[in-house]
Amino acid sequence: MKQKEIELLKLLEKNGRLETETISKMLNMPPKEIEELITKLENEQKILGYSTLIDWSSVYEYEGVAALIDVKVTPVRGVGFDKIASRIYRFPEVKAVYLMSGSYDLSVSVEGKTMMEVSRFVSDKLSTLDTVVSTTTHFILKKYKHDGIIFDDESDDDKRIMVTP
Amino acid sequence: MTRSYLAKNVQSLQPSGIRKFFDLASKMDNVISLGVGEPDFVTPWNVIEASYHSLEQGYTAYTANAGLLELREEISSYLSKEFSLSYQADNQILVTVGASQAIDLALRSVLEPGDEVVVVEPSFVSYSPAVTLAGGKAISLSASAENEFKIQAEQLEEVITTKTKAIVLCSPNNPTGTVLNRKELEQIAAVVEKHDVLVISDEIYAELSFEEKAMSIASIPGMAERTIVVSGFSKAFAMTGWRLGYACGPVEIIDAMTKIHQYTMMCAPTMAQYGALEALRNGMESVENMKMSYRQRRNYVVNALNEMGLSCHVPGGAFYVFPSIKETGMSSEEFAQRLLEEERVAVVPGHVFGESGEGYIRCSYATSIKQLGVALQRMARFVEKHRISDRDIEVTNQQ
Repeated sequence: MKQKEIELLKLLEKNGRLETETISKMLNMPPKEIEELITKLENEQKILGYSTLIDWSSVYEYEGVAALIDVKVTPVRGVGFDKIASRIYRFPEVKAVYLMSGSYDLSVSVEGKTMMEVSRFVSDKLSTLDTVVSTTTHFILKKYKHDGIIFDDESDDDKRIMVTP
Repeated sequence: MTRSYLAKNVQSLQPSGIRKFFDLASKMDNVISLGVGEPDFVTPWNVIEASYHSLEQGYTAYTANAGLLELREEISSYLSKEFSLSYQADNQILVTVGASQAIDLALRSVLEPGDEVVVVEPSFVSYSPAVTLAGGKAISLSASAENEFKIQAEQLEEVITTKTKAIVLCSPNNPTGTVLNRKELEQIAAVVEKHDVLVISDEIYAELSFEEKAMSIASIPGMAERTIVVSGFSKAFAMTGWRLGYACGPVEIIDAMTKIHQYTMMCAPTMAQYGALEALRNGMESVENMKMSYRQRRNYVVNALNEMGLSCHVPGGAFYVFPSIKETGMSSEEFAQRLLEEERVAVVPGHVFGESGEGYIRCSYATSIKQLGVALQRMARFVEKHRISDRDIEVTNQQ
């Protein structure tokens, strides 16, 4: 069963909209069992949500910028980095926070409408936190690949000839 | 009228029945093809990158006739680890231009005029013509659907004569997907040994065996000395266009094959050999991922086919299913042609793989789940429309 669970998770990770009927045929399990397994994985918080990967740069009406911010902090006795991380990840403009090895501590991914908006978040909210020692902001200029998906992938079309032995 | 310059044995060869469907399908729009005998995946990037690098470094000259020693050493340890086969890199392995060339070289090395070669059918379309071109006589042996297209030892016993030089086996099989297990291979091996016949074992799909690891007939005690193992990188590593395969066998035979190879081919493409080296060193994770994907698609296709009433056994490997279309009362050819014309789905009619393939079609599932879903929906509609009802059968019986 464990193996099937991992297979199911991998399938859904790649395509959250894969239909139960299809998964059922792929994994040789009745649709009802698939539904139950998905519910179980949701309840156990192994599946945390379903999102859609969008290439916003191709949506002309939409404006937005994203930045990765390296944050150095002073860990607090007893709670380490977790408390300061939670202070940061609760801001809605923060999309991701990771504790890192290396020359800084937290990697913070932020999205906003304009560069000004992101800069303001950094100067007003982030760098003013007590435990934050320094921040380095990197704006993302272009996304080539995200979550395993290559944007603008031309290698996707089938280059094989129609019928071969 | 000038005389024909063509050699008789070439004139006698029939063009493959696959050609016709290729010509038909390529003239149509919006066709989903389940007729492709190669992976839909692009070669793993690390392999492509390694080949780039070799070109950048200027590795553009010939290699040794038998292939880069480094590559042969890697093949040797790979075969030993994965398939319990023991071949010396320096004199028992020949790197070829695809497994197809390896088969051709094997046949040319061993056949004398009049020698018979048993070809187990349904089979890949090249074996029999390759036997003819090498001056031998191909003897078809039909594996039947009742046995999931597995050849039975008794059947083999019946066709072997004093002229039989070799038998060509392919497991996991193209076009049926059937995988022979240890017991079945041992039974074949016993017959082969008894009659002192050589086995040419096409193991190009060996990595793509889903239920249990594919076994090589050469790993059965006493068989290595009478088996030529043919394999390559095309299928499992998604490297069809690189044209890189290999043959392993007894020193004497590999030596003979290398001689022909040396005079007719020099060596396999150098950049492809460097790619293959990387494939063996760091490519297994990609192979495993592709294999998992094939297995899921196989399940999907078998379930969908059974739902629409086309019965098929669950193939253990490769990336083909071979369902019966007898439900429709059509011949394979008619089914494939009408399916293409009416629903724009290309499949390969079973009879092109040998007589026993009549009444079946080969569907390749080396295509995305999305495409498979659409193709199978179209097929279900087609089958529903053309299914012979019980009444039709009665009418036919009365006539």
